[in-house]
Amino acid sequence: MNQPAPTAAFAPWEDAKAKPLISFQNVTKKFGDFTAIDNISIDIYEREFFALLGPSGCGKTTLMRMLGGFETPTMGKILIDGQDMANVPPNKRAVNMMFQSYALFPHLSVWDNIAFGLRRDKLPKDQIEARVEEMVKLVRLDKFARRKPHQISGGQRQRVALARSLAKAPKLLLLDEPLGALDKKLRQDTQFELMDIQEKTGTTFVIVTHDQEEAMTVASRIAVMDEGLLIQVDTPARIYETPNSVYVADFIGDVNLIEGNASPRGDGKTILHWAEGQPPLVAECPHAPDVEARCTFAIRPEKVTISKEKPTDRTNAIQGKIEDIAYLGNLSTYSVLLANGTRVKAQTANNRRLSRRELTWEDDVWLSWTETAGIVLDK
Amino acid sequence: MNFRRFSLISVPYLWLFILFLVPFGIVFKISLSDYAISIPPYTPTLDLTEGWAGFKAFLSALDFENYVFLTEDDLYWKAYLSSLKIAVFATALTLLVSFPIAYGMANAPDEWRPTLMMLVILPFWTSFLIRVYAWMGILSQEGFLNQFLMGIGIISDPLIILNTNWAVYIGIIYTYCPFMILPIYATLEKLDPSLNEAAVDLGCSRTSSFWLVTLPLAKPGVIAGCFLVFIPALGEFVIPSLLGGSRTLMIGKVLYEEFFANRDWPVASAVAVVLLLILIIPIVMYQRNQQKMMEAEQ
Repeated sequence: MNQPAPTAAFAPWEDAKAKPLISFQNVTKKFGDFTAIDNISIDIYEREFFALLGPSGCGKTTLMRMLGGFETPTMGKILIDGQDMANVPPNKRAVNMMFQSYALFPHLSVWDNIAFGLRRDKLPKDQIEARVEEMVKLVRLDKFARRKPHQISGGQRQRVALARSLAKAPKLLLLDEPLGALDKKLRQDTQFELMDIQEKTGTTFVIVTHDQEEAMTVASRIAVMDEGLLIQVDTPARIYETPNSVYVADFIGDVNLIEGNASPRGDGKTILHWAEGQPPLVAECPHAPDVEARCTFAIRPEKVTISKEKPTDRTNAIQGKIEDIAYLGNLSTYSVLLANGTRVKAQTANNRRLSRRELTWEDDVWLSWTETAGIVLDK
Repeated sequence: MNFRRFSLISVPYLWLFILFLVPFGIVFKISLSDYAISIPPYTPTLDLTEGWAGFKAFLSALDFENYVFLTEDDLYWKAYLSSLKIAVFATALTLLVSFPIAYGMANAPDEWRPTLMMLVILPFWTSFLIRVYAWMGILSQEGFLNQFLMGIGIISDPLIILNTNWAVYIGIIYTYCPFMILPIYATLEKLDPSLNEAAVDLGCSRTSSFWLVTLPLAKPGVIAGCFLVFIPALGEFVIPSLLGGSRTLMIGKVLYEEFFANRDWPVASAVAVVLLLILIIPIVMYQRNQQKMMEAEQ
């Protein structure tokens, strides 16, 4: 969605020779009988902005806390910079963490909070001062340096927490739901600020979030997790356009799911019989199964075109009746009821004024899309 | 409207007036009187039948003689000083015993906490006097403690603990440690565990994180607990008179003896008034600490 231009060229995960900064090797974590992390292997590269995304309880926070050293894996190995982290305690790791609650020390001023880590390293006084000064400027808190955490706003506290965790110039910064406590507007501004700071400092960021929009905005790659398993690890664009499962398609953004029997047509395209008496859907999808199988066809609402007349230039066209219209200002989402009872959402940009909109409730309409618009998923 | 507000505010003031200021006024008046063999055992007493002249005669008979007497006999200032010393030392010992207990409670699994809390409060359900008498049984020369220590062969002769200052310290620590534990526990329990994780993450060891983060944040609770122990310990009477020896000098005991052994109410009242003045200082400090805590929470 909002991918900055340089990331197009930045793709160390595609380079076979690139050495990962972090390497999870078959890591499993159990709490008693409960398996929080189930045999996960991932490589994360230097300067990446890596997002762990999933619903609460999926294990993303546990995975991150293992990087920080607050949990140890039950099985498997975690390497940071090629070094096995098994017996390295949190205070001996070049890793810093920004906590969800920010965990600012309430008895210390903003300045002393940021200086806390540097003082533990017994750095000379003038060096500490220069570094704190730099950090305070980076997060634009110069005016508030002498205040206590309870005397500043939530957004400012978030920036203090960020500055404190960056002060020791860690190789790796862990962010646990860093923007969860901020309101929507501030959250969006801060997302860009985070990306900016990440680029400026060149630090590798691993962020944990349950907010898919946030992950899409900031991350170079996203790992979608569910119940301790990695479902898909890929760039935001590919996660959105080519999800590898119904779970990912459904978790990221809005999606229409149509179940049916898929079979290859021989010319590289797949046909999907989804309802009695309806023409099958045709999809050009490289990952579709090459035998006949029960599959789910997934298509994003914005790729479905809605019209009063049957379109002639598109392979897939289905008739239905408008059941509901959600007006979102810039967009409108139409919920269309098909003959077999399936509901399909179509989204269009409101580039004309509302009063001139030609579609309304109970209208019979045609939904259509091209062969490459959707994908066929077999799991 | 104004009347309603006034009547609402006046309730605590009325309470203070009747239960604190009036009794204090009476004690203060007695402290200005002279000892007499009569009922009540002091003179003058206010007799309003003689009208204005009688009241003037009554006022002119009051003086600060008893306070002067307190400075002349070194028993009194020695008793005040010794009480202060015992109270300070006992408060410090109580803090040493209570902090680890409070810390352990705050870090115990959630489901244990109500039980642990119960165990701290439970002794309050039996009479304070009975508990102090029980300590006499434990600490005496033939008591459980000496029998146990001699039984396992650590000592060959019984330790003399009862009727020394040590018995008084043990009594004060035992009696007042819940007052120390509970406020400290309350502050520790509120601490976000991620604060310590953050400290460790930034390079602290577990120990230095305790000194740099946990302890400073527990300070309000520690201060509150110290006052809650120090203030009653200073005027303590039961513990020194039952557990302490003849050489344990505490102002509470002096006060009791003046009132009931000597029947010198005026001097006893003067002792009580001075004790109150000494206590007001820590009480005011305690109030200010509480206020600061409330402000910090906002």
